Amino acid sequence: MVTNENSPDQARFTKTRFGRRTELTERIAKTVFFLMSVAMIVPLVAIISYLVIRAWPSLSLEFVLDVPRKGMTQGGIWPAFVGTVYLVFISLAVSAPIGVMAAVYLNEYAKDNWLNRTINLAVINLAGVPSIVHALFGLGAFVYAARFGYSILSASLTLAIMTLPVIIASTREALASVPMSFREACWNVGATRWQTIRSIVLPNSISGILTGVILQVSRAAGETAPIMFTGAVFFKSIERGDLFAYNLNEQCMALSMHLYTVTTQVPKVEESIPYATAVVLLGSVLVVNATAIAFRVWLRARKKW
Amino acid sequence: MSSSPTRKQRQRPRRALWAVAGETLLEWIIRLSGISAIIFVLAIFVFVFREAAPVLTNEEFNLVEFFTSIAWYPTSAQNVRYGTLALIAGTFSVTALAMALAVPFGLGGAIYISEFCRPRTREVLKIVIELLAAVPSVVWGFIGLTVMSRLLVEYGGAPVGVNMLNGAIILALMAVPIIVSIGEDALKAVPDSFREAGIAMGASRWQLIYRVLLPAAKNGLLAAVLLGIGRAVGETMAVLMATGHAVQIPHGILDPIRTLTANVAAELGEAPAGSPHYRVLFMTGVLLFTITFVVNLTADFVIRGVKRK
Repeated sequence: MVTNENSPDQARFTKTRFGRRTELTERIAKTVFFLMSVAMIVPLVAIISYLVIRAWPSLSLEFVLDVPRKGMTQGGIWPAFVGTVYLVFISLAVSAPIGVMAAVYLNEYAKDNWLNRTINLAVINLAGVPSIVHALFGLGAFVYAARFGYSILSASLTLAIMTLPVIIASTREALASVPMSFREACWNVGATRWQTIRSIVLPNSISGILTGVILQVSRAAGETAPIMFTGAVFFKSIERGDLFAYNLNEQCMALSMHLYTVTTQVPKVEESIPYATAVVLLGSVLVVNATAIAFRVWLRARKKW
Repeated sequence: MSSSPTRKQRQRPRRALWAVAGETLLEWIIRLSGISAIIFVLAIFVFVFREAAPVLTNEEFNLVEFFTSIAWYPTSAQNVRYGTLALIAGTFSVTALAMALAVPFGLGGAIYISEFCRPRTREVLKIVIELLAAVPSVVWGFIGLTVMSRLLVEYGGAPVGVNMLNGAIILALMAVPIIVSIGEDALKAVPDSFREAGIAMGASRWQLIYRVLLPAAKNGLLAAVLLGIGRAVGETMAVLMATGHAVQIPHGILDPIRTLTANVAAELGEAPAGSPHYRVLFMTGVLLFTITFVVNLTADFVIRGVKRK
């Protein structure tokens, strides 16, 4: 009997046992990897749905606009919400210019030498420093050494340094996506390096930079540890719906900190309040993030080069 | 970007002095921002260490005991002890368990996204992973404290819901997005010629992954795992809320533990500024900084090893 292995021409067209086994392995591998991917997504969806269901009794616009009542066991989250807005925008005002300029330096000016390799390492490490170490740094540097005290200013500066790598990384990506030929064309008509950056590189990458800034907002809004010891406070009494309630040099409430407080520190909180706080925080962060992603997708679709 | 834009500076029409001066100034500000990352990393170390340093000369504090003793009694009246071994054990055990859960799923997800799925699905999955990475750590902690702990008590038979397993599951969910996105980058960096050669040899996709892609991308995948570890070691709020606050060496995965990060977060508020307790907490910060610094540096060297190839 002539087996398939002996005639290569036939073997190519006939499935050997080895071929069937390979196909089976192939199908198993694909299924397993697919299930693994699904296993990451299912918990997210399940958990969010669960949180929303539990939060439902409290969830309303009124919940966001109202102040906490009866020792934070009832009412809303306005002081925390507005505090987070303050912290985010002040930290943004500090970290966006520094981060964008640092990225401009790294992408447009830096040569490949030891200094710039060190800068790259520093950026990577800054992104990896634990948030609680940032908190210790903020406490040591801003609260005590710089004498800003426990204040919005200290907390925002701590957040700014913490979120700097986010802006640097995404701005660099945006700058790097501007083709080299654009710069060369500009240099050839006699523009200096900075003129080229200002008139060609930045306008062509501004949307990518904005995406990075939006991501910084979402990151800063969710952080808890760095602000816990530098400026966020358990409770602060402000008017319902008051937008200009805080000063730079005083402490504020923050949404992330408030979630921690009502979950672990305050007894007998109305049951749905922690869930509703979590949903508002998670919702804001995800909406901001989704905006950045949608922006990026839209940008990629209309890219001219 | 290293070549100079113009060499013939003299032929250019003269610009106003203030414009030239302004541009020079601006370029120096940009350079300064460039090196700011170095300044900030150094500043973090210096300021944290500056607050911690005085305790080194305190007779109640002993550096050997700090690393080797499991006795952590920072507020005891007679017998103050600052041993962080139980906290270090807590950090490493919960990180190890989290990685045991996250690495297979993370790498599996990375392989699926990079090799198996269609471009459309890939875009969707990457967006979901990005959103998963954006969930704030305090929300993860809240999920651990409410949802996960209830599940563990009801279905896992745990006496207490907040424990090492709970923290590890939460940390795994937090580390998976990093592992997936960096692992996917690593797989994408393998040249297509490798894949084509494999397919030309008649390899199936699984054989291709197992025999060609994984060996070729192993450094990048290792870096992905290392960065996941870095994230898990440094995570604070989630483990603070989910691991259950017992300073002890864990004997099983359902034991409550406390990590280095959670310990600082839990006690810093009660330690009076300048007290030995406060300074020891800063010392823990120095330790944490060093651990993550080493992990991140290693990850970077591993990645750059790939690029050089």
